[in-house]
Amino acid sequence: MTQDVAVLGAGMHPWGKWGRSFVEYGTVAARAALADAGVGWSDIGSVVGADTVRGGYPGYVAGATFAKALGWQGARVASVYAACASGAQAIAAARAQILAGLADVVLVVGADAAPKGFFRPAGGDRPDDPDWLRFRLLGATNPTYFGLYARRRMAVHGDTPEDFALVKVKNAAMGALNPYARYRKRVTAEEVAASAVVADPLRLLDICATSDGAAALVLSSMDFARRLGAARPVRIRAVSTVTPNFPNTVLDLPDIATDSAVAVEPTGETFRASIARAAFEEAGLGPEDLSLAEVYDLSTALELQWYEDLRLCGEGEGAKLLREGATAPGGRIPVNASGGLASFGEAVPAQAIAQVCELTWQLRGTAGERQIAGARVGITANQGLFGHGSSVVAVR
Amino acid sequence: MPHTRTPAVAGWFDGEGDGFRLLGTRCSACASVHFPREDLHCRNPHCTGGPLEEVPLSRSGRIWSYTDSRYRPPSPYVSNPELPWEPYALIAVELEAERIVVLGQTAPGITVADLTVGMEVEVVPGVLDEDAETAWTTWHWRPTGVTV
Ligand SMILES: [Zn+2]
Repeated sequence: MTQDVAVLGAGMHPWGKWGRSFVEYGTVAARAALADAGVGWSDIGSVVGADTVRGGYPGYVAGATFAKALGWQGARVASVYAACASGAQAIAAARAQILAGLADVVLVVGADAAPKGFFRPAGGDRPDDPDWLRFRLLGATNPTYFGLYARRRMAVHGDTPEDFALVKVKNAAMGALNPYARYRKRVTAEEVAASAVVADPLRLLDICATSDGAAALVLSSMDFARRLGAARPVRIRAVSTVTPNFPNTVLDLPDIATDSAVAVEPTGETFRASIARAAFEEAGLGPEDLSLAEVYDLSTALELQWYEDLRLCGEGEGAKLLREGATAPGGRIPVNASGGLASFGEAVPAQAIAQVCELTWQLRGTAGERQIAGARVGITANQGLFGHGSSVVAVR
Repeated sequence: MPHTRTPAVAGWFDGEGDGFRLLGTRCSACASVHFPREDLHCRNPHCTGGPLEEVPLSRSGRIWSYTDSRYRPPSPYVSNPELPWEPYALIAVELEAERIVVLGQTAPGITVADLTVGMEVEVVPGVLDEDAETAWTTWHWRPTGVTV
């Protein structure tokens, strides 16, 4: 177990399609997190930006870009890219600096202005890039992979499209209560069933949209928090940033094939499950300790998969857990009280940070109408393209 | 009519008709099979590495899962925006001997309604797209014994 770091502040820019620069979104979220922390920008010792890959050159140097927008003040700086896990790796970098004594208080920012429609690789002919190849050779968009996972669950576990739709119904009901969510309207199972098929068996309302948005955190050492008068801050206890283990036997984005299991017998633990296990081990906590979870519902079916990977239930029992109401507010382990990506959409560098913002508000007891009563321990789960794991455990 | 047939990607498949095969590489030290081909180093972390040899993959396997693409994918997928979008199915196929799952488009005319998880499929040559000079060739999966 490592030492805790304090979450002093959390902030977001509302998600949606605003048509403005990611720098603007990130700066708004950063100022909100600083105000929430009661820390001045000039007191920040380090800024870590999660990179967006759009927006040209500044997108790749996010840390310095946000620092410039907030006003150069000489802070240490870093920028990280890990696709959808970028935000978690930014948090990990900030935490490592704090625990190493390199900085007392660190600002973490992720922001994106997402394109309309499918995500696609950057331009140019790059036949040595697996992400480029899967589009060029197969036209395999992200929803293609979500469709493969969903169909596999139907074949192996007996899940139904109606089960998947219930995930959307649950998350939309929570998103309707979240002022930062892009979609703030309840959705019915009938509306999911009536939406167009995108990648069989998944429909438009089973799959998360792309959005603009931003999220930011102010993290500090426990000593700094004490000096600031924050006696009982929300604390980050674990950040899992693991890679898969060979052979990775589940076809994952953006791969065209799995590893071969000819030479090394698979352990039976999938990559997603290993992400959660690493977080639990580092935190010294288990699924039975959780009050709530924020998981990466790129698709409704994928949320059910996370239930099993987080060991909230046994393998194949995700749909049963959902149907019992265990993952709804008031249930044993509410999942995606924020409304999830179903309500936010994807703003890639921001979303893993946004998950921790939600945990922070829930653990403080300030989540308003979405509040999960008595929340004490929360986990986030997320996965980035190319084999980036991401899970954060926060406690109060 | 295009007059040359060129693989859409070099070195991933070869042959014609029943002799068509996906090509991977096999590590001579640990027997791991790599597809797409790995020509530098074996990716088994426990393997000290040995020469990587080109091997044809099994011609048939079983469906691990499948889906389709009801909306036109963005570039670098090539499609004619002047024509209405025709969805195609994609299959992830488990090859028993190699213990690997390989994704691919289905042969034209095969839809998700024709597929089930566990069904046997075989690899066949296909065309990804074509222009006036060139047909860019690829691999397709097709339920075994089906001819379209
Ligand atoms: Zn080897």
